Amino acid sequence: MKNIENGFIDYFNIDELLTEEHLLIRKSVRDWVNINVLPDIDKYNHEHESPVHLIKKLGDIGALGPFISEKYGAPGMDYISYGLIMQELERGDTAIRSTASVQSSLVMYPIQAFGSETQKQKFLPKLAKGEIVGAFGLTEPNHGSDPGSMETKFVDKGDHYLLNGAKMWITNSPIADIAIVWAKNEEGVVKGLIVEKGLEGFTAPETKNKWSLRASITGELVFDNVKVPKENLLPNVKGLKGPMMCLNSARYGIAWGALGAAADCLQTAVKYSMERKQFNVPIASFQLTQKKIAEMLTELTSAQLMAWRLGKLMNDNKATPSQISMAKRNNVFMALKIARESRQILGAMGISGDYPIMRHMMNLESVITYEGTHDIHLLITGFDVTGIPAFK
Amino acid sequence: MKALICIGHVPDTTSKIRFTDNDTKFDTTDIQYIIGPYEELGLTRLLDIKDAGTDLHITAINVGLKETEATLRKALAMGADEAVRIDIDPTDAFFVAKQIAEVFKNGEYDFIVTGKESIDYNGGQVDGMIAEFLNIPSVTGATKFDLLEGKAGFEREIDGGKEVVESVFPFVTSAGKDFAKEPRIPGMRGIMAARRKKLEVITPVEQNLKTEVSKHYLPAAKPACKMVSPDNVEELVRLLHEEAKII
Ligand SMILES: Cc1cc2nc3c(=O)[nH]c(=O)nc-3n(C[C@H](O)[C@H](O)[C@H](O)COP(=O)(O)OP(=O)(O)OC[C@H]3O[C@@H](n4cnc5c(N)ncnc54)[C@H](O)[C@@H]3O)c2cc1C
Repeated sequence: MKNIENGFIDYFNIDELLTEEHLLIRKSVRDWVNINVLPDIDKYNHEHESPVHLIKKLGDIGALGPFISEKYGAPGMDYISYGLIMQELERGDTAIRSTASVQSSLVMYPIQAFGSETQKQKFLPKLAKGEIVGAFGLTEPNHGSDPGSMETKFVDKGDHYLLNGAKMWITNSPIADIAIVWAKNEEGVVKGLIVEKGLEGFTAPETKNKWSLRASITGELVFDNVKVPKENLLPNVKGLKGPMMCLNSARYGIAWGALGAAADCLQTAVKYSMERKQFNVPIASFQLTQKKIAEMLTELTSAQLMAWRLGKLMNDNKATPSQISMAKRNNVFMALKIARESRQILGAMGISGDYPIMRHMMNLESVITYEGTHDIHLLITGFDVTGIPAFK
Repeated sequence: MKALICIGHVPDTTSKIRFTDNDTKFDTTDIQYIIGPYEELGLTRLLDIKDAGTDLHITAINVGLKETEATLRKALAMGADEAVRIDIDPTDAFFVAKQIAEVFKNGEYDFIVTGKESIDYNGGQVDGMIAEFLNIPSVTGATKFDLLEGKAGFEREIDGGKEVVESVFPFVTSAGKDFAKEPRIPGMRGIMAARRKKLEVITPVEQNLKTEVSKHYLPAAKPACKMVSPDNVEELVRLLHEEAKII
């Protein structure tokens, strides 16, 4: 018998494909989550508040920019390590993983990949330690899936850039010290700007009343004639390729994060099904319950294999954006299905905050939308194999 | 100052325990290993002392085969400066104590920390035996530990109170609960730094075994719980009398 109730679910012995160091990383982050996240994450979700004190602690354990160079105060790890960290954080709550994803892939990554040496020295060490918080502004009120039509723009005023426009649905924007903002220049070319908090005309109001990611802060970025210093332009990238490369890194992390949320739901359901008795027997005795469990385990296992293989390709710098799209889409949908099926196994208890399932399920509704919606990723795969774009 | 901390490689506390070879051996299939919780507290306390500014070089030591290296790597990731593995299966306490005493003799260490007991076999003997081999003081089951001027201070829990103890160097102490507040979790930077730290493998010295395991037993399975309705006292008395046989 293979026990999947406790520990790490590893039905296909994928652990054998990981190094001793990877296993230690996974265990350490799990221990950290058990101590720092699980005890009061339900309360934060109920109160629609974010455990912001954890950002500094995420920096302390090295979960912010794990793959960023040691030269800038980050751990300098490989992409499998990054994936495992995301998996364990999301087992705690998607909100914690989202903060780590945004800071790592959407803020630190573009600074390391496209920034000047001065920008790297100035921002990366503080971001790695969680001393400052970063946000990523791509989505706008009128442009979500189609960021290429963005309206936010800046003009060259000689000694500074003048930025105007608005971004919406931005993770951590109200508490961010810096935002990587994607905007068009006079020629209509997308460029990245590092916009620092406190500039005149720059506000970041919070978007409340969410039924998903309630422990994560979301808000807007509003620019009303903001004077951005010229040295804050990311010099080494132009066009949509910039934000898309950031999203590749973040989506990869999400493909792993989903495994954590899914495993937490599945383990909760398996444990419950062995203990809960109806008609005088554990509900795990019924074929219909076993069918659910067996199918969930199969889905989780294939998603784990996909994540692992993609990690290897990422490490070799060979992962294509379409492969990343496929894994993000597949794994998030897998997690959402597992959350829904697991919840049913718990019956009424499934909707209770005493168990994590409903919380994961609500969170995953954001994950299936952000970083490219479920349908958009499908179209990316379709485009990749037919050569015909079906976006418009 | 140089400290030697003994790191036990023990099954995770949630492991399902089984035996093989006619119940003479522990079945290691599907078992995940951890640093013994008391040793982990010992190492954490040493790291706290070091972080507070004391010049302390910490060597993690384990008697065990190659598979225990993951556990030693974790000690390095937590912050130990180097590690030593004595390459042999740790058969009994006397044997293990002898190996560690030898390393201590050859390495100019100032003191040794062990855990109060390993959580697999719960022997609780190694620290005392090391002290005997080396003829040095031993403070067992310490709940508080500080390095003072030229000596070390300890607290121990004793029946109905607390004992405050001091010792000159060198000494052996075993860490009990409260030795440190809570065990450290290795951070990602620590895990990467551990790659560059030395893990030395040394050959054991000869020592005849003093004990031999003849058989293991699992605790008897707990009998199922019977529910008796609160207004059926007669049935309760009957069960206690006839089945549980306690009245
Ligand atoms: C909690 C949360 C946090 C977020 N954080 C950030 C952040 O930090 N930074 C950031 O920039 N953005 C962020 N987002 C925004 C997110 O990336 C967008 O919501 C997402 O890209 C989808 O855009 P939209 O909501 O405008 O939906 P729309 O683009 O309006 O899409 C609506 C629906 O139409 C479908 N659709 C659109 N176009 C097509 C098409 N061509 N063919 C078929 N179907 C189509 C979509 O699949 C979807 O089902 C966040 C969102 C959420 C919910």
